[in-house]
Amino acid sequence: MPKPIVEVASLSKLYRIGTRERINRTLRETITDLLASPLKNLRNMRRVTRVEEDPYGLDVIWALRNVSFEVQPGEVVGIIGRNGAGKSTLLKILSHITDPSSGEARLYGRVASLLEIGTGFHQELTGRENIFLNGAILGMRKAEIASKFDQIVDFSGIEKFIDTPVKRYSSGMYVRLAFAVAAHLESEILVVDEVLAVGDASFQKKCLGKMQDISSQEGRTILFVSHNMPAVRKFCSRGILLEAGEVLLDGEVNSVANHYLESGQATKGSRSWERGDRPGNASLQVVSAGLRDLSGSPAFLITISQDLQVDLTFEVATDGAIPQFSLMLLDAEGNNVFSSLNNKENNEYGKPLPRGLYKTTCLIPGNLLNAGRFFISFACFSGGWTDGFRVENVLSFDAIDDGVLKGDYPGTYGGYIRPSLRWTTVGLTTGPE
Amino acid sequence: MCNGTRKENDHASYAAVCIHPGERSCDTGAAPVNDAAQREKPQLHIKPRKGLQLVDFHELGHYADLLYFLVARNIKVKYKQTVLGGLWALIQPLLMMAVFTLFFGRLAKIPSDGIPYPIFSYSAMIAWVYFAQAINQSGNSIIGEGNLISKVYFPRLFIPVTPVLSGLIDFSLAFVVLLLMMAFFGIYPAPTALLLPLLVLLMVMAACGAGFLLAALNAKFRDIQHIIPFLTQVWMFASPIVYPTSMVPEKFRLVYALNPLVGVIEGFRASLLRTGPFPTVMVLMSLCVSLAMFVVGLVYFKQVEHRFADVI
Repeated sequence: MPKPIVEVASLSKLYRIGTRERINRTLRETITDLLASPLKNLRNMRRVTRVEEDPYGLDVIWALRNVSFEVQPGEVVGIIGRNGAGKSTLLKILSHITDPSSGEARLYGRVASLLEIGTGFHQELTGRENIFLNGAILGMRKAEIASKFDQIVDFSGIEKFIDTPVKRYSSGMYVRLAFAVAAHLESEILVVDEVLAVGDASFQKKCLGKMQDISSQEGRTILFVSHNMPAVRKFCSRGILLEAGEVLLDGEVNSVANHYLESGQATKGSRSWERGDRPGNASLQVVSAGLRDLSGSPAFLITISQDLQVDLTFEVATDGAIPQFSLMLLDAEGNNVFSSLNNKENNEYGKPLPRGLYKTTCLIPGNLLNAGRFFISFACFSGGWTDGFRVENVLSFDAIDDGVLKGDYPGTYGGYIRPSLRWTTVGLTTGPE
Repeated sequence: MCNGTRKENDHASYAAVCIHPGERSCDTGAAPVNDAAQREKPQLHIKPRKGLQLVDFHELGHYADLLYFLVARNIKVKYKQTVLGGLWALIQPLLMMAVFTLFFGRLAKIPSDGIPYPIFSYSAMIAWVYFAQAINQSGNSIIGEGNLISKVYFPRLFIPVTPVLSGLIDFSLAFVVLLLMMAFFGIYPAPTALLLPLLVLLMVMAACGAGFLLAALNAKFRDIQHIIPFLTQVWMFASPIVYPTSMVPEKFRLVYALNPLVGVIEGFRASLLRTGPFPTVMVLMSLCVSLAMFVVGLVYFKQVEHRFADVI
């Protein structure tokens, strides 16, 4: 048995989340509190980073608790779990960004971690300058970057604009360039966050393909963090399921992924029903539903700037039914973000259909949704908006902000939707009126 | 990266990648970690950091190119999309000189050690503008680069050091203008001008020390960002910029010289403008204080840097 390349031994990380604020009822209380608060604030702020003083206090959160595992050289391990399970914390500790509160990790090889692509890219600098800057930030030396420069530019496919400031790049070009730098990092251990696989569908494939090359041909060890099961299954041989900061399951990827899916925490990008179980009525039954990207392949990752297609396959069981559908998009709390009807469809809508299988597709355009977890429900009718039935929460997905529309804005967007709206500013007068 | 020039003991993590120095093909894969001896010691050992943290010079060396790119970025970006570009490096000290000459030189008639007031104030202004900008940018740097800190690991020290170094370009430009002004006023430097590099080094060290301390404190206590503008204002009037040190009462001079900029500025004036004998005592005091600031700032920064990602 070869020696493991990564050894993680009872790693724990505590965060103190600050004490709950007292609610002030009057202006006078607010003001007296503000004036009296410096001492209290100082005490609280010191406590936040000194968890060791009282690790079992009420305001302490164990982001990771006694996590141990070993990774053999060449293994591709998917670290899965829902939001808040400790994936990011584990990633940050292994990337040396933050320290564990206790426990240790030994890494026998050069580590490259990609928690984000384009870290440190500067809008004003050219593509060329950013390749060097970003490469250096990721730990490459100048000579190393220079020797790979042509490969990086080739991979990104933006030769023509290499000396243009990246602020003039389209979002796609930006992502391509950023991934190209990251893909050429040399390391024995690669720690990757799923946000890496952004961009349009063909580029996503290229990215995942490149990562597969890295693991299979170059024999590198990869830790891939994701809550996207198809990507993990496709990519990893072993899965580690985290829940509430602890390792719940560690083993062959499919069994771990299945367990995760069954536990109901995962999103469901596709669903189908066997005959007999199909939701519906006598004349109309739902057969399957699924999410696709524009290229037609099942959507691995839904980035908010990309179009998303929702397919609904249904069976008309009695001749002459007129199927009518309403798609409802809901947020994680069950609020209805929007509904859409198929009655403006130009070719098939309103015609009585003969028996058979049909598929209806609804396109949710890119630059519409904000990042977050969404659920899709359908209301289906077999004629005249009557005889309806609903299939609730049939699909769910996590939309990720790929930062395309953000540009130089460092924060996050508020609201359910995040449309790309047009802004214009014109000068009305110049100089004093 | 296989340039064959890397030394055997160079950053351990490289050794495994570049097992055959000089062989081009090692970047296309097949980089097994097959050196048994190397497996004994992990290349990265992550555990809670406790006790005094030392500076890892080895690591700093490994990332030296990054420091270069960060400084280059700062310089390139600073005057992008401005009409006047690099001229801004001169406008600020020159305008301040003009204002000070009018108010302090002409109206308040503050003495200037026998040399024209404009060059008297400008010679101090270039050091001051450098120092003030350096501690301001350095002090806010850790917050400003929060995204970088929470997403990727590299020596955190580079972040506050970068603005301190990139400011030297502006300082050099402003210094050339000082030389031109000296030619205009017909002032020739004294032989002690050979000590100028030392004075600049003191200035850089003091700026680093203050920058480290402010940046590290600022990460946790955002009060610092409100303190910095106030601090720089007070510091300016505590430095001999609009007035000569000779105006400070004799008995307070030693206390006054605890401000490291006093030795630097008086050293500038004495060696370049011949305002008097070289202020050896003040410069030595400045040396000690700058060193102390540097060490204290560095030690504190190293002590808390591993918490930056958690508090930003």
